[in-house]
Amino acid sequence: MSNDDLKKRRVIGPDGIEFEVNPMEDYFCTERPHPESPANRILEKFFNWARSESVWILGYGTGCGAIEMRPLMTPRFDAYRFGIQWRPTPRQANLLMVSGYLSVKTLKRVIRSYEQMQNPKFVMALGSCTINGGMYWDSYNTINRLDHYLPVDVYVAGCMPRPESILAGLEELKKRIRAGKGEGANAYIENLDWYKANQKKIIKDWDMPDYNW
Amino acid sequence: MDYVIQELKTLFSGQNFEKKRGDLLFATLDTGVLVQALKHLRDMLGFRHLVLITAVDWIEEDLFQITYLLRNYTQKTDVGIRVFVPRSNPIMESIHTLWETAATYQRELHEMFGIDFPGSPRVNKPFILEGWQEIPPYRRDFDTKKYAEETYFPRPGRKTHDPETYMKQKLYPDGTES
Ligand code: SF4
Repeated sequence: MSNDDLKKRRVIGPDGIEFEVNPMEDYFCTERPHPESPANRILEKFFNWARSESVWILGYGTGCGAIEMRPLMTPRFDAYRFGIQWRPTPRQANLLMVSGYLSVKTLKRVIRSYEQMQNPKFVMALGSCTINGGMYWDSYNTINRLDHYLPVDVYVAGCMPRPESILAGLEELKKRIRAGKGEGANAYIENLDWYKANQKKIIKDWDMPDYNW
Repeated sequence: MDYVIQELKTLFSGQNFEKKRGDLLFATLDTGVLVQALKHLRDMLGFRHLVLITAVDWIEEDLFQITYLLRNYTQKTDVGIRVFVPRSNPIMESIHTLWETAATYQRELHEMFGIDFPGSPRVNKPFILEGWQEIPPYRRDFDTKKYAEETYFPRPGRKTHDPETYMKQKLYPDGTES
């Protein structure tokens, strides 16, 4: 672990008492997450309809694509009329919008953000960079396909996709949620070992808990 | 620019002067006099702004070239100073004492080329490559494509076309031009 702040150590508190801290266990929850089963069939249908009508976005502006979200959230394309809005923190959002190429360093932050979101949660990935690496496919530091690291619900192709296509992608996502296919969060937990193996293959200095609650 | 050439020649035995444009000059200096020369350029000749520091990997000659680009705002001229360090032992004196911003460039060069700048603040900390374990990626003996293909799960089915022939076929499918 490269980050010294996360190492186990003895510290002296302000009152002069020496004690031991192990940040990885004291500050973070080490519990493994469990898949969440639906409440009951009929209720779940209603829930899914409700979820599809309130998509709250956590925009992760890594690539060029973040620029297309400004027109989307302002009067010209006005995504708010579809019940979509942007939130500043992962805790308040249920859709992670990854807007383009991800380097290993940013992927780490994306994973942390995704895992901190509450269930049910969805992922939408914009641009060819998230699909197959786009024009950066042979770079030393950008990942090629996001679906090896996070459960992507909808990909929007383009370099960069225009606001219209992002709106179409959001419509597609709503259809998926209503059809009960927006189960990415559970799929992630069920295949956690596979996802973590992929993530750890490329994030070589893994200095965070295995699952960021 | 001639007075700059003159000063660099007489004081620091500069060589290979190249006037790229009327307002852009490149010169090669010895590593030993670099810090003095940059200080002279900054304090005496008005080149107060460090625009960038960058490096080139001359793998055939076994050298790294480090280029320091400076700007004089009153005269609106730029000077690029080049120094060469051996690839096998790439160490260069740090200039963060002249410009604090140099530390960031030096940290980047350390990460991307493996050029060391002893004494430069935080030069050994990862900058954008966290946990990098290969040789520095901007060295030319690093095979970027191979590394990406082995590491990042490439999606099968990617095609490449030669742009010229492909566009010809698209635009003039019957073989006629215009
Ligand atoms: S798909 Fe194109 S626009 Fe989007 S991040 Fe990649 S290069 Fe940029």
